[in-house]
Amino acid sequence: MKILVPVKRVVDYNVKVRVKPDQTGVDLANVKMSMNPFCEIAVEEAIRMKEKGLAEEIVVVSIGPAGAQETIRTALAMGADRGIHVTTDAIVEPLAVAKILAKIAGEESPELIILGKQAIDDDANATGQMLGALLGWPQGTFASKVEKDGDTLKVTREIDGGLQTVSFGLPAIVTTDLRLNEPRYASLPNIMKAKRKPIDAKAPEDYGVDLTPRLEVLKVAEPPKRQGGVKVETVAELVSKLKNEAGVL
Amino acid sequence: MATLVIAEHDNKSLNEATRAAVTAAKKMGGDIHILVAGQGAKSVADEAAKVEGVAKVMLAESDALGHKMAEALESLVLSIAEGYDAILAPASTVGKNFMPRVAAKLDVMLISDITSVESADTFIRPIYAGNALMTVKSSDKVKVITVRPTTFEKAGDGGSASVETVSAPDAAAKSAFVSEELSKSDRPELGAAKIVISGGRGMGNGENFAILEKVADKLGAAVGASRAAVDAGFVPNDYQVGQTGKVVAPQLYIAVGISGAIQHLAGMKDSKVIVAINKDEEAPIFSVADYGLVADLFKAVPEFEEELSKIGY
Repeated sequence: MKILVPVKRVVDYNVKVRVKPDQTGVDLANVKMSMNPFCEIAVEEAIRMKEKGLAEEIVVVSIGPAGAQETIRTALAMGADRGIHVTTDAIVEPLAVAKILAKIAGEESPELIILGKQAIDDDANATGQMLGALLGWPQGTFASKVEKDGDTLKVTREIDGGLQTVSFGLPAIVTTDLRLNEPRYASLPNIMKAKRKPIDAKAPEDYGVDLTPRLEVLKVAEPPKRQGGVKVETVAELVSKLKNEAGVL
Repeated sequence: MATLVIAEHDNKSLNEATRAAVTAAKKMGGDIHILVAGQGAKSVADEAAKVEGVAKVMLAESDALGHKMAEALESLVLSIAEGYDAILAPASTVGKNFMPRVAAKLDVMLISDITSVESADTFIRPIYAGNALMTVKSSDKVKVITVRPTTFEKAGDGGSASVETVSAPDAAAKSAFVSEELSKSDRPELGAAKIVISGGRGMGNGENFAILEKVADKLGAAVGASRAAVDAGFVPNDYQVGQTGKVVAPQLYIAVGISGAIQHLAGMKDSKVIVAINKDEEAPIFSVADYGLVADLFKAVPEFEEELSKIGY
């Protein structure tokens, strides 16, 4: 089985982003960038399937600026086999990403595509599902457990209220939730080895996909600031304030 | 114009999140129709027909729809999508699962998790875990939108829409339901509760959540958790409040032993009143809390419960 894992380069998980004063976006200058945490989980899951002998090859794709190559290298150092970098500085919405990935899936014929359930920058939670629809493939989103039984995939999903398990045949889409696995750190020898793994350089034009955004960003603003309140000294004071001052008890 | 709202429900009753989506639809203008897709869900359709401002309710039933399978919902919604200018669903795990599929097939960009309707084509949605709010104008012919339920008023009753049955087409992509494990609780649902009490890593283990549950039962509150507590296995995943878990905005949110990572704050900072109980006075949670108590939670929480008894809970 061949697994395709699309990954996204985003502002690091620990960075608190700042909105630009002119409200055109968030300030990304000199900000630490990393692989989207959900994408790391996707890479890890693919590698574990390969280690179990369920997959032969893992192909990592990233669509984005020159720096996205680092993100692909990270995945290769973790254990993926080769990369495809679709280079663009444009803003690429999930719909356009899904269209490019659908074309790549057409060329690569993977049996399984594992993606992060959402990117922590735009929080859209859309690409995997859109790709599933464009390809006409079934999906197991927000996965916390993935089991392969012959040609069938069984996916346990984190849903409101608990867990749901679904099953479907391949080819298919899986999107990862937080508790699917804990991604490994790449070892130094593997980081060195990853430098020799091939990355195909591509452009959006190679896939004939129109990247024009459908959503025009009119403004990016700071959310209303929440003022820190007061410290209370005792539990009795807390309850009294909640009852008499805040009126919520 | 006409807007289709896809109902959130459990095949028995209409989830309140649907009423929030109806309010968002009202702000866009035009006729509002509700689609109830489920199995044995007639009572949901009857309830939806009473929601104020709803002109028509459609009921579609099949096994797959009863289990909210994304592929089945995609095919159903596409089969009735023609003529609608907008399609809305609550941003629940159901809505998030199938709505992007609908958008992709209609060749439009999904507008996820909106918190405000500025006009029929302009919306506000949070990005970067709510650390920025983006106003977007859609140029697509059909707006496909998921709605964050906590930021919209819930539409009340007062309507008397007709209910008609529509047939459920076969899904274009095949998948099968295997099983479901839902947390059983008599407490209110996290997203709808007026009071939420959440525990974090500071709780130490799952058994210790019992002290929060006691308080929750006194107050009629829901129990939540931070990602750290869920990752540590203290409580199940559906307790998680945060960027990728549940977003809640209750009247009162009590954070116990939660440090306050930005990903957690993203899920609760719109609560009316926030209380933080933490022994670390430097914990970031105190920067958003209206009332902070620096204390050992294992002493403070039982004491809190006692104080509640004194005022009649």
